[in-house]
Formats: sequence, structure tokens, C-alpha cells
Amino acid sequence: MTTQTEVSQRRGTDSGSTPVISVRRLWKVFGPKADQVPDSEELRGLARRELMDRTGCTAAVRDVHFDVSPGEVFVVMGLSGSGKSTLVRCLTRLIEPTAGEIVFEGENIREADDKRLRELRRSKFSMVFQHFGLLPHRRVVDNVSFGLEIRGMGRAERTKRALEVVELVGLEGYENSFPDQLSGGMQQRVGLARALAGNPDVLFFDEPFSALDPLIRRDMQNEVIRLHHEVGKTMVFITHDLSEALKLGDRILIMRDGKMVQCGTGDELVGAPADDYVREFVKDVPRGDVLTLRWIMRPLKDGDALDGPEMGPDVVVREATRAVLAADKPVKVVENGKLLGIVGDDEILAVVAGQDGDV
Amino acid sequence: MTVAMEKPEKTEKPEPTGPDGPATSVRRVSRRTAVAAILVVWLLLFAVLRGRQTLDLAAADLTDLHRWFNDANDSIGANRNSNPLFLYFFNEIRLVIDTLVTFVQELISQPSAGRPLPQIGWLGVVGIAGFVSWAVGNWRVALLAVAGFTFMGLQGLWQESMDTLALTLSAVFVALLFAIPLGVWAGLSDRFNRIVTPFLDFMQTMPTFVYLAPLTLFFLIGPASATIATMIYAAPPAIRITAHAIRSVPETTVEAADSLGATRRQSLLKVLLPMSKRTVVMGVNQTIMAALAMVTIAALIDAPGLGKTVIQALQSLDVGTAFNAGLAIVVMAIVLDRVTTAASAREETARRSGGRFLKWRRPLLGAGAVVTAVLVYMSHTYVWAAEFPGEAGLGSSIARGADTATTWAQDNLSGLTNAFRDALTNGLLNPFQTLLTDSPWWLVGVALIGLGAVLGGWRAGVTAAVCVGLLVGTGVWSDAMTTLASTVVATVLVMVLGVVFGVWMGRSLLVDRILRPTLDAAQVMPPFVYLVPFLALFGATRFTAIVAAIVYAAPVATKIIADGVRAVPAATVEAATSAGCSTWQLITKVQLPMARGALTLATNQGLIYVLSMVVVGGLVGAGALGYDVVAGFSQGQLYGKGLAAGLAIVLLGVMFDRITQAAARRVSA
Repeated sequence: MTTQTEVSQRRGTDSGSTPVISVRRLWKVFGPKADQVPDSEELRGLARRELMDRTGCTAAVRDVHFDVSPGEVFVVMGLSGSGKSTLVRCLTRLIEPTAGEIVFEGENIREADDKRLRELRRSKFSMVFQHFGLLPHRRVVDNVSFGLEIRGMGRAERTKRALEVVELVGLEGYENSFPDQLSGGMQQRVGLARALAGNPDVLFFDEPFSALDPLIRRDMQNEVIRLHHEVGKTMVFITHDLSEALKLGDRILIMRDGKMVQCGTGDELVGAPADDYVREFVKDVPRGDVLTLRWIMRPLKDGDALDGPEMGPDVVVREATRAVLAADKPVKVVENGKLLGIVGDDEILAVVAGQDGDV
Repeated sequence: MTVAMEKPEKTEKPEPTGPDGPATSVRRVSRRTAVAAILVVWLLLFAVLRGRQTLDLAAADLTDLHRWFNDANDSIGANRNSNPLFLYFFNEIRLVIDTLVTFVQELISQPSAGRPLPQIGWLGVVGIAGFVSWAVGNWRVALLAVAGFTFMGLQGLWQESMDTLALTLSAVFVALLFAIPLGVWAGLSDRFNRIVTPFLDFMQTMPTFVYLAPLTLFFLIGPASATIATMIYAAPPAIRITAHAIRSVPETTVEAADSLGATRRQSLLKVLLPMSKRTVVMGVNQTIMAALAMVTIAALIDAPGLGKTVIQALQSLDVGTAFNAGLAIVVMAIVLDRVTTAASAREETARRSGGRFLKWRRPLLGAGAVVTAVLVYMSHTYVWAAEFPGEAGLGSSIARGADTATTWAQDNLSGLTNAFRDALTNGLLNPFQTLLTDSPWWLVGVALIGLGAVLGGWRAGVTAAVCVGLLVGTGVWSDAMTTLASTVVATVLVMVLGVVFGVWMGRSLLVDRILRPTLDAAQVMPPFVYLVPFLALFGATRFTAIVAAIVYAAPVATKIIADGVRAVPAATVEAATSAGCSTWQLITKVQLPMARGALTLATNQGLIYVLSMVVVGGLVGAGALGYDVVAGFSQGQLYGKGLAAGLAIVLLGVMFDRITQAAARRVSA
């Protein structure tokens, strides 16, 4: 039941308000005369290999557009080489985009000069890196306060703030250790604390947990979920791990060869994959954990008993299984008092038993 | 001739077919055949053409080029104080360096204005040495520094040691002043890095010796020239290591700083520099060791200090004195090396040892500074603390001991050493040298070009052709061939030693652990201290120089080969063992072939080290190019010839380096 409330709560954030980050027609091309590629009608359409042969360029990000709403966890997922890490670096211009528009809180980032960009990086964004990027010659607390130091904050003040954040990420007692005395997971907590210390509006995560072993990774994912609840930041999260994406993301953008393949919620990706690539990707996902009743309900037929229990359309199948199977009559899926469809034993079993139901 | 020229092209042809099995084996066979063919043709033609067109030049004969150099030298000497380039540039540089050196010398080694003694006497210097070593390193190296410096005093070489130290420190100071900023720049800018790397490569290839001659042209003979030469020689490692340190800071860390909004300045000062500190200190270590090596050799252009004592003793074949002064150089090298190594290790240990010790460190350092200041004051005021007491009894007994040992060795071992020497000389060195010097020059030239092209590819062949052409131009062709013969013979022996010990070290961790510290220590010694013991054993012949060169170069080659053998994947060795390989088969069929790249690299380093030592051997009767250079420093009319000989050494060095580097790249590709 907790999952259900959590999901619906998170869903609620992505509608209505103006987006924090709005990306339009974003291109990043590496190579000689890269800026010609996005403008040329002919070159834009070329596949990776042909583009390389024709111009010597590689397009790492091709014509990407998306919006991130305030408080949302937006996940960009793809295999290595799909351009996802380049994409996230373009958003803060750690890599200079070739073409397109990135609007952050109404301001086009691509037009910011160096000074403005530094200001934004100091106060509005921060980033957590796959390989941590900690400073080995500084203690944990000095690593965490590094961003504040760069802003010119006084020692006493920044140490105080750093200690608060260290506690927030669960590192109390390690303030005076050096990074190489900590385990990988703890080092990444330092990275997380460093990103949080400046109290930014948006956190970017570049495959932050890929270098950690599975158990630690799970801990850290839960940590991110907890922090998201506590501090409510907007997050853009890069990963190559589908289960991580499904676990953390309100919405997921799937990339392949620099292009966006599909963008939607986890149940949309599993329930209605845009193409074979996505279908292949989500094939092994336990569908019952992701799909909601909305995806498996069937229209009302004559002769259906209408006195069964009621459930919301966003209840995850796994959560509903026991109730549906226990009930004598099919369950009615009702939203705002309106009957959307019904779910019977057959529909539930088709998902739970792993058959590819026609959805 | 045509054979030699055709072969390389043939062997190059299979290149583009890629690394598939049959093509590789065909190429290797044909390369070997090509080398053999070149050698056979050479030998045949040698038999026919022996003694013709050898470009022989008697010791006192000069060519036009040499006379032109002499004239240039004279005219520079005459116009030194009127030519604006000298008046406002070279002389100014010399003045600044001279002032710095004189200042340091007056502090610790030479009598200064109105005082019969330097400003700081031995007690003060020992105090400072101990305190600084403790502050940057630890108390163990501080004790070592105190003991080492006191030992030099007891040897009766206090002033000479301090002169050497003064020159070394001045040169290191100036070198680092330039090298660290340049290194940071090369670390930050790819373009600048691409520009400086070939220069650094070139500078590090050159034997120490060759910097001296051209510099005396511009800066006169004396401490200033010596310091400048030392500076030029010692700066490249510091530049290279600083750049490397900056470059090896993980990209993520720099990116993380950027993502937090750091300015370029902030990321340089707070991220890049602190993170490269430890590596840069290692660069400082290399700079100091290079500077010490050069300062001792710079005695040839009248640099004061221990080197001068050694050279004078070597020239008068006074083994005892040379040994005593050589020992002082070794002690100083050990002290400087240990202290700077401890300084670079300190970064780590200080961090680990935690707060308890750190709390006491500051007051202790303060107390140490006060004690040092008192010692300095006392050594400034009281004669007993200023002038090293005693009659240098230790030094003379060391010298006597060395002399006794020499006499004993000459009396009792001469049969053995002479037999060894004669066997090598007559069996290996003489025939080879005759082949090189008595063949017509064009035959040797073509053979060298052909070998270069076969072993290193056409590019190396072109380099070899250019070098051969220029060598002929220098007018010291015959001497160059004599030096070449000694170098090649010594290198072959170095490689034999290197392979034997390298494989042994590579296969046994225990042997590695025992031998490696010795090899490390042997590598930091200034080259010509090696001459002293072999002078005692073999007398003043070119053979002494060759043996010294072997001992000098073997550690490098051994270490490279050992690392190469160790780098062979354990799985491959295991697979070979499980297939039933005997130890011998394992070494010859698996480990050595897979360490091919390391072997070639070891040859490269071996050649360069040997070359620089064979040349220094000119001091103890090795003759040829080394003798020309040394004679050029001391006799005005031979100056031009000495300069040309220096140039010839550079050309030999470049040729060896290019061919072996190219071969190494080809082999490891």
C-alpha cells in the first residue's frame, strides 16, 4: 500500500506547473565543423556510421526535447554510448551543446555568459558523478563545503552547513576522514552531500551508483528516494540500469544512438513500448511490479457482475493480486466515481504468470 | 650497397596486411635475413676495401669546420663586451646567475667580504640540513642528513662539498622557478604540451657532457656556465613530471569542481595543484639528482666542488683521492635522494597519522627552528663552529685505504683483470672497432642506414642518413666510429647482464625485492663516480670506461626487462606451464618473446646511458670523442674540434635513440 500512495503522490507533481527545465531541439555533435550538422536537412537524417563517413562527426545527442517539472525525478536511460552522459553535461554546459535551447526557470542557459553560468552552477545546479570526483587531499567536511568555499563563504559558516548535510546523508562520525578511508558507497554519500550543500534547485546524477556493488547500490537508491522526500529537489538522473530507472523515476526518457526513443512513466514504457528496442529492453521486467490496473483492465461486457470491490486505476498489479483473487466477483476499476473497466482473475493471472497479455 | 637499400623496402611491404599470423612470421624472418645480409655484404666489402677512405684525423689535425668554430669562439671572445646581444642578454643572464651562485657560496662555502670564512659555518649548515630534512621528511632522514654532512666534513672535503651543494641548490632553484610553471602550462594546454615534448625528449637523450661546450661559448668558463648547464639539464624532468601530475588528476574531479562553479583559477589552486603536489615533489627529487650529476661533471668547465677534486685526481691517476671525493659525492647523492623521497612520501604518512601527532608537530618545529638559529649564530660567530675541526684524518685514511686496495689489486689480481680485459679487448672490441674505423666511411654509413631502416622503419632510416651525413661533416668520423664501437660492445654486455638479471628478477619476487633497492640506489649516482673503482682495477684504458658504462647502464636495463617479464600475464605463463613447458622453454618461448617491447626499450635506454658514460671515459684514457671534448675545454686551439666532437656525440645519440625508439614502437604495436 505504501508504494501505491507514493506513486500517486509522485504522479501528482508532473502536471499543471511550469517546467523547471525545458529542452528543445538539443544537439551535440563532436568533430570538425560540428555546427553544420544540426542545420543541414540532409545530414540530420544520417545514421551514425554514415555521418562519420561523410563528415567525420559523431552526433552524441540528436534533436532531444523534454520538460522536467518541479519536484520531479526525471530519469534518462540508455546503454553506454547512447549519449545520456553527454546530454546531462549539456544541460549545465559542462559540455557545450551544438544547437538547441535549454530553458531553466525561464532563462535560456545557452545564452548565459561565463559569469552567469558560474553563478547558476554555484547556486542552482549541482551534480553527482559516477566516479565521485572527490578531492583526496581534503577531509570529508572540507569536500562537502568545497562548493561553498568556491562561492566565497566564510569558514565557520560553511563548516556548519557542511556538518548539517553530512548528517543528512548519514555520514556523521566520518567528518574528519579522508575520502580514501571510506568505502565506495560512503564516498558517493560525500558526493551527494557536496551536491546538496549549496542547496541547489536541481540535482543532476550521472550514473552515480554504477560503480557500487549491488547491495550498496540498493541502499543508495533508497537514500535518494528518502532525500527526495525530505528535501523535495528536482532531480535529473542518468542510468543504464532499467530497474534503477523504474524504481526512482517519475518519468523515464529512453535514449539510443543520441536520439530519444520514448519518454514516459514506467508503466507506459512497459505497457506500451514505442518500438522493438524498448520492448526488448523491458522484456525481463516483472510486469506485475510496474503495470497498474489501468493497463490490464478490460471493457465492461454484458453479464459482468457489477457488485465486486472497487479499486483505483493506478494500483500496481502486484498490490492488487491478492484482493482480486480473493474476491468472488471481478474488481471494478473506478476513477473519480467513474467506472473505467473491470479486472478479473484471468487478467491478473495473465500478468502474474508471465504470459504476454495483449495490452 | 644496393642490397642494403633494397631490403628494407621489401620488408616494409607486408606491413599493411595487418597482424595476421603468417604475414608476421614472414616479416620477422625476412627482417632477420635482411640484417644478416647487410652484415655479410659489409664484411665482404670490408675485406676488399679495408683501410681506404676512412676519414682518419690525427689528434692535433683540424678540419675547416673546426677552424671556423675556433674563429667563431675567438670573435665571440673579442666582442663579448661590445656586441649588444651579449651586452644586454647573455652577459646579463650570466651576471644574475653569478650573483645568485656567489651569494649562496658566500653563505656556506666561500670566504665572504671581510671574513676568512663563509657566513654560516659547518655547525650551522649541519643544523639547517637536519632541521629541513626533519621538517619536510622525517626524523630518520634528518639523522641521515646530519651524519652524511658530518661525514663529508670528516673526509676533509667540507668546502668542496659545500661548493657542490651551493651550485646544485642554485641550479635547482632557478630550474624549478622555470620548470614548475612551464610544467603546469604543459599540463593544462595540449598545444603547449605537443610543442615542448619533442624538446624535452631531445634534451633528455643527450649525454650530460654535450651541454657544456656550446654554453661556454656564450657564458664563459666558470660557475655561472656550470649552473646554467646544470639548470638546462635538470629542468626537463621537473617540467615533464609536473605536466604529467596535472594531467593525471582524474577528469571527474576537475569536472566536479567546474560543476560547482569554480573559476579556472580556483580549480587550479584548489584542485589541480594540491592533487599533483606529491608527484611534483618526486619531480623535484629527479631534478636535484640530475643537478648533482651535472654539477660534478661541470667541473670540466671549471665548476668548483667535489667534481673538480675527482677530475684532477683521475687525470693524475690518484685513485685514493678520487675515491675519497667520489665517496663524498655518493654520500651527498644518498642524503639528497633520501630526503626528497621522504618528503614525497610524507604527504601520505602525515595524513594517516592523525591528529595526536599533528598537535605536537607545530611546537616541535618551532623549537627545532630556534635550536637551528642558535647553531647558525654560533657557526657565524665562533671559529670552532665555523671551520670544520680536525685534520681530515678520516679522508686521508680512506684515500690510503683505497690506494692500498688498488696496489693490492694491481699486484695480486692483475693476472685475472688483465686476462679479462685482454680477452674482451682482443676478442670483441678490437675486431669490431677495426671493422668500423677501417671500412670506407660510405660503407659504414650505408650499413648504418640500412640497419636503421630494417630495424626501425623508413623514418628511422632517413634519420640515420641525416645523422651519418652530419657526422661526416663534423670531421671527427673516425673518432665517432671508435666511440660507436665501444658503445655497441658495452651495450651488448649490458643487455646480456640485463636479460640474465632482469629475467631472474621478473620470475622471482624475492630476488626482485633484494636487487631492486640496490639498482635504484645505483641509478641516482652521478655517472663518473663509477669510473673510480674500475680505474683502480683496470688502469687508464678505454676498457675502464666500458666497464664503468656497463655498471652504470645495467641497472636501468635490468629494471625495464624485469618489469617487462613481470608484465607477462600470469594466465599465459600458467597455460604454458600446464602444456608442459620446461623453465628454459618458458623463458625463451613465452616470457622473453612477450617482453619484446621491454627488451627494445631496455636497449634504447642502455645505449643512451652507455654513450654518456663512454664519453665521460675520455677522462681516463678512453680516447675518441670523449677525449676530443675534454681536450677542447683545456686547449684553445682544439676548442673547435671539441665542439664538433660534442656535436658528433649528439648525432650518435639521436641516431641510436630514433632507431631503437622506432623499433620499440614497431615491436610493441
